Amino acid sequence: MSKNYVGVLALYEPNGDIRPLEIIWKDGYRYPIDTVKQVCSAASLKSGGIGTRFTCVIRGQLRYLYLEEKQQRWFVERL
Amino acid sequence: MDRVILHCDLNAFYASCEALYHPEYKGLPLAVGGDPAQRQGIILAKNQLAKEAGVQTGEAIWQAKKKCPGLIVVLPDYEKYHMFSHRVRQIFLEYTDLVEPFGLDEAWLDVTGSQKLFGDGKTIADTIRKRIRDELGITASVGVSDNKIFAKLGSDYKKPDATTCITKQNKKQIVDPLPVSDLLNVGRATAVTLHGMGIRTIGDLSNADRTILSKRLGKAGDMLWTYANGLDPSEVRPYDYHEDNKSFGHTVTPPKDLTDIHQIRPIFYILTQDICCQMRAQNVLCRKVAIVYRDSKLRWQSRQCGLDRPSENVKEIAEKGIGLLGKSYDFALPLRSVGIRTMDFVKKEEHLQMSLFVDEVNKEKDHIIECTMETINNRFGKDCIVRCIALEGKDYE
Repeated sequence: MSKNYVGVLALYEPNGDIRPLEIIWKDGYRYPIDTVKQVCSAASLKSGGIGTRFTCVIRGQLRYLYLEEKQQRWFVERL
Repeated sequence: MDRVILHCDLNAFYASCEALYHPEYKGLPLAVGGDPAQRQGIILAKNQLAKEAGVQTGEAIWQAKKKCPGLIVVLPDYEKYHMFSHRVRQIFLEYTDLVEPFGLDEAWLDVTGSQKLFGDGKTIADTIRKRIRDELGITASVGVSDNKIFAKLGSDYKKPDATTCITKQNKKQIVDPLPVSDLLNVGRATAVTLHGMGIRTIGDLSNADRTILSKRLGKAGDMLWTYANGLDPSEVRPYDYHEDNKSFGHTVTPPKDLTDIHQIRPIFYILTQDICCQMRAQNVLCRKVAIVYRDSKLRWQSRQCGLDRPSENVKEIAEKGIGLLGKSYDFALPLRSVGIRTMDFVKKEEHLQMSLFVDEVNKEKDHIIECTMETINNRFGKDCIVRCIALEGKDYE
């Protein structure tokens, strides 16, 4: 599978929205998320599966971060 | 005002769901098939590449692999397909509450009243297709028309990921040349009868004499004529519409062939146990029991008979089925599959004639035992309490 499951530090807003703040890589390295540009339901055709897709800007670059609906796990597509 | 009805058909549904979760199989022929070890090794769905190689739904996996040596076959994951089906229906319900599912992968939508909000039928169809593609990663074909029959023909007309509108103006070009067997409810036998009458296309059927069709095919003839002319008035039911089941049944193909009636008794008890639970949930008693069986040459047979009085008693129904099978089959060939079904229901509240010749006291005791078993199973998990006879059937499940 071309999925990279990652740790995510997120803020759960009082209205139920989820705002990811930091991606924590397997080696423990932290990537702060500058902004979240879009949140929508989407399929990941590269990695496989569906979920909520957060379009994030990390160090000036756009990256998709997915939250799997069923297992509530976060993943990013492998480049 | 003409109705605007959509029929949405998810393309190669099972195979598309699997392809999404297995991007490594992209560009390869892929099929979803049953487990050959469980003797359920048939193709359930296939992707476009497998289809092009001649793989057909329903054929044995070994036959399919002969046609398409590189075919990748994955086991079905029904939980996943139900989840996808649910998500697709949630998208439909954002456009109308008139959503009538037809299996897991098809549904009719009446969007007549939604056009002011979301645009005309084609616009809604295109939006829904795009959302299914983007949000779920699978594709759908949508037919748009003023009746359910033509909408379904439209969704079959162009695949995958396409919208086809069938109007009164283009009906002659699109619908009329299609083979009559493409029409809903025209099965193999009806198609043969229609061919015998010189009717080969839907156009032929729409121009045929309605009275002659009714004489040859009865009510179905009249119905098919209205279908072919786009005059089917049936409405799309609301999503929450519930219709009581007219029958409950189960069929199994055990891992080993069945060579005598004693092997079938426990199977019928296990199946009937489930069926009776479903009947109790619907609050009905059955008046008829039917059995189906398939021998090792894959020939299906079915038999049915009435019960002396309406019942929901597992023993009574299972024994009736066993008696019926004993009378109708001599086991010249072993049986590959067996099934039992109850039907012709009456509501429990209706007044029932009691019989002088039935032990009512014991029947009442049986009923209490069955209800208690059901409560225990509901609370602690399916099959945590079963009849002793059902334990014998575990080998054949």
